[in-house]
Amino acid sequence: MKKLASVTILLLGIMLIAITAEFPRWGDPQSPASTYLSPHFIEKTIEETSVPNIVTAVLGDYRGYDTMFETTVVFCAGAACFFILGAFRREDDDQIRYFRHKDTGVVLKVKPNGTRPNSRSDFERIDPTWTPYDFIVSRVASLMIPFIQLFGLYVVAHGHHSPGGGFQGGVILAAGFLLLALSHNLRTLSARVSNKTLGLMSASGVLIYAGWGALALLFGGNFLDYSVLGVLLGLDPIAARSMGILIVEIGVALTVMSTMVIIYNNVASVGAYDEGL
Amino acid sequence: MIDQYPSLILIAPLLFALFVFISAWFSRKPAFIMSALALGLSAAAAMGLLGQVIANGPLSYRIGGWAPPMGIEYYVDHLNALVLFVVSSLAFWNLIATRPDIEKSYGDKAPVFYTLYLLSVAGHLGIVVTGDAFNLYVLLEIAALSGYALLAMGNTRAQLSTLRYLFMGTVGASFYLLGVGYMYIMTGSLNMLDLQRLLPSLYGSPAIAAAFGLVLVGIFIKMAFFPMHAWLPGAYSDANSPASSLIAPMTTKVMVYAMIRMCLTVFTPEFTFKAAWFADGIVWAAVVAMVMGAFFALSQKDMKKMLTFVLISEVGYMVGGFWLGNRLGITGSMLHIVNDAVMTLCVFLCVGCIAYRTGSTKFEALQGLSRKQPFTMAALVIGALAMIGVPPTCGFYSKWYLILGGLDAGHYGFVAALVFSSLMNVILFFRIFEIAFFEPYGDMHGDHYHGPPHEKIQDAPWSMVLPLLVVAVGLVVLGLYSGFIVTNIIDFAIPATII
Amino acid sequence: MMEFLETVLTAKYNYWIYIILMMIGIWAMIAKVNLIKKIIGMNIFQTAIILFYVSIGAKKGGTIPILEHAPGHGHDYIMDADKYINPLPHVLMLTAIVVSVATLGVALALALKVYREHQTLDEDEILSHLSE
Repeated sequence: MKKLASVTILLLGIMLIAITAEFPRWGDPQSPASTYLSPHFIEKTIEETSVPNIVTAVLGDYRGYDTMFETTVVFCAGAACFFILGAFRREDDDQIRYFRHKDTGVVLKVKPNGTRPNSRSDFERIDPTWTPYDFIVSRVASLMIPFIQLFGLYVVAHGHHSPGGGFQGGVILAAGFLLLALSHNLRTLSARVSNKTLGLMSASGVLIYAGWGALALLFGGNFLDYSVLGVLLGLDPIAARSMGILIVEIGVALTVMSTMVIIYNNVASVGAYDEGL
Repeated sequence: MIDQYPSLILIAPLLFALFVFISAWFSRKPAFIMSALALGLSAAAAMGLLGQVIANGPLSYRIGGWAPPMGIEYYVDHLNALVLFVVSSLAFWNLIATRPDIEKSYGDKAPVFYTLYLLSVAGHLGIVVTGDAFNLYVLLEIAALSGYALLAMGNTRAQLSTLRYLFMGTVGASFYLLGVGYMYIMTGSLNMLDLQRLLPSLYGSPAIAAAFGLVLVGIFIKMAFFPMHAWLPGAYSDANSPASSLIAPMTTKVMVYAMIRMCLTVFTPEFTFKAAWFADGIVWAAVVAMVMGAFFALSQKDMKKMLTFVLISEVGYMVGGFWLGNRLGITGSMLHIVNDAVMTLCVFLCVGCIAYRTGSTKFEALQGLSRKQPFTMAALVIGALAMIGVPPTCGFYSKWYLILGGLDAGHYGFVAALVFSSLMNVILFFRIFEIAFFEPYGDMHGDHYHGPPHEKIQDAPWSMVLPLLVVAVGLVVLGLYSGFIVTNIIDFAIPATII
Repeated sequence: MMEFLETVLTAKYNYWIYIILMMIGIWAMIAKVNLIKKIIGMNIFQTAIILFYVSIGAKKGGTIPILEHAPGHGHDYIMDADKYINPLPHVLMLTAIVVSVATLGVALALALKVYREHQTLDEDEILSHLSE
């Protein structure tokens, strides 16, 4: 079976390599892909959407429908991970838990269904494989996170004029959250951003995108036609397209950010949300 | 609002999926109502669209107001409109019919199930409505990802089966993407109608042939066409019934639709059927699919698993019928998309009802079921007759066209396989009826058979049985309207060049 | 020889690289029994296709598809189609990347669940567990 597979794959590879002879030269400015649609996008983007970053314009507007479903894919992956692994509320007391006294370092082992120390007391929950936080790692991470988030916001907001946009910015924002979880632990992250918040943000990001598109229906345009929403914003149709792209990019960033954290939370803790990496 | 039907079909499930997910964090209650509302709206819009297309012919809808090929367009002709209506209405009906089962199987997580359900329906509808080759890939992935999640909840094997489905599904979708990439590098366009215009000058090129092959292989993997079917039986039979009775009628049919769209719209029929050996090879593969599907089904001891193999045979009917390349065969194939979707829904709902009460679909669990669940069994009888192809149920008419198509093309192997697999269906289903109707249930230890124990009708809840019976009656009604569907819809969906 | 280098190798080598990567990915998916290795193979496969698309977009002498200001005037842009690479493949691949990330997330979630059930990721071992 394995040999058969190897031979098939080898033959397929050779066939595909032979077919590359038909392709235009790599980087050929006269290739069909470069001469058919691309010149229109390059020459007309400013006129039609007033966005200098052509990738953003095509992503957010010309092919905005693809991008909406791309955001939905992200949301769907978050919902799927949650559906497969997670739970709305988890009260299972079937595990041994450890609590550490903050001042003395004494560790309590609490059996399943045992009495736990009050969460507001001097004890903190720790993982079985707990090691003291590395002071330098946790402090440097705490210092870096605000700047990472700020940079993420910049990337989202500046997608019209430089490389960037909702997906890239959203991932950078999520990286800030994940750094917190990695340098401290999952509970520290969950204490700041709960699962509920993440779930709501994830869905509302797509809602911003699809809702903004659907709003156009009420103003007599087709789905995702931002130009008719200029009335709402007090802008001319072209500027409304540019503004519409920004709005949907914000929605994308919201969804991508929260979904990345949801996937991390579920996968890192197998849906338990307390102990993780 | 009437000219917005094409977008409403998709926006309704998409937006409501988000509303359901948001409301899930506050209350479990509104999830069902909202989902039913969304799918009802979608089905109503699809019906409106179908009426519009029948009256005025194909229409194009520009998303974002951009003219194709710059932007993405929906292109709705008779075939899409029909499949859209079938998919959206059966998704709606399945939701209604499985509600108690959903609440029972998923408990707390039922709202997330509804969310994924709606997304899955939106993905499948999107595949059908879109007129852009790349957009089809994105929606394929939505449909697939939500499908993986839905199918992953079930018995202990479900996760592994789903993971295998995920591997195969991803390979399939990636091959499709690669094929689209080959078309893009050669033409520079992604719009289906635009490709139809640009491709003929390149038909001699091996790169286009490779693109066609890659797209087909990708779609064949996704529809579980023999020999790429290995993922389907496990993935569908290990999942909980509400998920499998949604995915089983929908996915394979929508992928057959995608194949037809690629072969007839993106590539012209002249190109598709030019190489006779190629079309013939696929028909023979379909023949093998029908025969092997029937044999594998015979070797199963679990009703749900048996039905998944029947499904593989059915894929063989549709693919084989299409590749016969004549008008009758393609008509049969298109009609069978509709009929098979409803038939599969009917039998999978029956399985759901049985599993709801007995907790198992193994053959030994079916003993005495005719007395315990008479209504479910009645529906199953009609579903089985349709699957076998007994008039006046709908299964007869599409098989009739397929057989005529096979005779017309002179492909007797196809005709023989079709008849053979129908006869095998007789054996398969009558084996079930034998167990359900005639084998006494209760103790049968040696001679200590105490006669039939107290019989009490314990059918599934009315909220499940009634919709099921409606589907069963629908099989007959659909059969009576077959002529209408063929003359008013399918005849227009097939290009005039095919005779 | 030089001619071969010129017309075939330099013109097509990047397509060959993507094909080789793709074959490595498929081979890993078929031949490996460990589920995580299969997932890695799947990712290599998807990434290879992304490389293919991105190389369609390349254009000799082209720069990134963000319009540059014309010298002198503040509000004019240089809008010469030869000067920028093709933006469309980049847009498409942004989608494909997101899809592959999403698939990876779901695949890992499923693999975790399988691991919890069977305490192993070896497909053969799992199958022998299941057939018991």
